[in-house]
Amino acid sequence: MPQVSMTVNGKAASGEIEGRTLLVDFLRDNLGLTGTHVGCDTSQCGACVVHVNGKDVKACSVFAAECEGAEVVTIEGMAGPDGSLNAVQQAFQDHHGLQCGFCTPGMVMTAAALLQKNPKPSESEIRDYLEGNICRCTGYHNIVKAIMAASGQDAGQVAAE
Amino acid sequence: MYAFDFERPSTIADAVKALGQDDAQALAGGQTLIPSLKQRLAMPSKLVSLAGIDEMRGICVDDGGRVCIGGATIHADVAAQEHYPALAALAGNIGDPAVRNRGTIGGSLANNDPSACYPSAALASNATIVTNTREIAADDFFTGLFETALEDGEIITEVKLPVPEKAAYMKFEQPASRFALVGVFVAKHSDGVRVAVTGASNGGVFRWTEAEEALSSNFSADALEGMSADASNMISDVHGSGAYRAHLTGVMARRAVTAAG
Ligand SMILES: Cc1cc2nc3c(=O)[nH]c(=O)nc-3n(C[C@H](O)[C@H](O)[C@H](O)COP(=O)(O)OP(=O)(O)OC[C@H]3O[C@@H](n4cnc5c(N)ncnc54)[C@H](O)[C@@H]3O)c2cc1C
Ligand code: FES
Ligand code: FES
Repeated sequence: MPQVSMTVNGKAASGEIEGRTLLVDFLRDNLGLTGTHVGCDTSQCGACVVHVNGKDVKACSVFAAECEGAEVVTIEGMAGPDGSLNAVQQAFQDHHGLQCGFCTPGMVMTAAALLQKNPKPSESEIRDYLEGNICRCTGYHNIVKAIMAASGQDAGQVAAE
Repeated sequence: MYAFDFERPSTIADAVKALGQDDAQALAGGQTLIPSLKQRLAMPSKLVSLAGIDEMRGICVDDGGRVCIGGATIHADVAAQEHYPALAALAGNIGDPAVRNRGTIGGSLANNDPSACYPSAALASNATIVTNTREIAADDFFTGLFETALEDGEIITEVKLPVPEKAAYMKFEQPASRFALVGVFVAKHSDGVRVAVTGASNGGVFRWTEAEEALSSNFSADALEGMSADASNMISDVHGSGAYRAHLTGVMARRAVTAAG
């Protein structure tokens, strides 16, 4: 079976895969990083979003073999080494940006990618960027508030459309 | 998904060689192909990834002023270029950010989904599709639903698009799939107007010649007042009837002309 090697959350990771092994299955099954969720498996929901070479992608729609040599960051790589939450994670907690939490890893990874490109997004830019992330619980308002707060903006301004 | 071998060449020549073997298939962004593999709609013996081929990525402008985009360039990079703003806007509205970070212009054109955005840009811009063996005019490239002029094993290496004087794309989005229910790309070139419609027809992307004629003498939304495309060969499904799509074609074309300025 072919071998794949990549860097995951700053650490070297390698394993045996098949051509058809998806990145999300390599992360969850080979590496035991089960924080990356599979909601739909059809590239609709965004629960599986991780960063590959700095870009947010759906890990259910990328093969592990395509990530040979890549830098991958998952939700497990977001908190500090002592377990302290990063700004986006902390804001999701403070603003009740999750209920069941199933969509949250993908939401946090997508929000982090947005803030890397656009450190002070407007509310509509945030809603636009979350186009591919589906949440069945929160109604999105608290997620948008959390991302406003994580970018140092006033979360109280978010309109409940 | 059925099992397959995986190859990741770094040159076009090696990719073409790998694709010459039985049942091998190109993999670009995988945003269409991976879901199809999961549904067992495709069953290649080997996937040849185009993502590691540097000579197939990137954007430049040639001596004739055409924007030249490598076949494996992702939607996000097309959205970020400034040479052709209407094309950037189209690319920036495909799917969602994660799809735009993987999906490619070559994959979209080769797939020729009847609801995809890029085919309308290629047709309205009068683009040239460059493959490993030849150059194909957009007018000859799209041959029907999910059908193109590409031969087995032939890959799109580059797309060359003349930049119109004025252009805009207007998409009426099907909110569940994020594809176009109807999308219209209007382009005013120095030698005439081209109008391409996606999402609407059973034959895939097409040029709406009546609108082109009306706009060639008067490039304004008024010139299209009351016009709608022929409904007889329009897609009819749960999302909209053929008559509705024909009506939307007129609405989107007028909005596109107004947006083009
Ligand atoms: C949630 C979601 C929303 C989307 N929304 C939209 C939308 O609004 N508008 C839109 O236009 N598209 C949309 N798409 C489709 C997206 O743009 C795809 O990326 C694109 O259609 C296919 O490109 P790809 O690079 O992913 O190709 P792949 O999926 O890798 O390949 C598609 C096909 O093209 C072939 N191929 C790939 N590259 C080449 C090449 N260079 N030469 C020859 N053949 C090649 C492959 O063999 C395969 O048959 C959406 C997709 C998803 C998942
Ligand atoms: S599991 Fe990947 S997008 Fe839903
Ligand atoms: S919190 Fe339950 S799906 Fe988003």
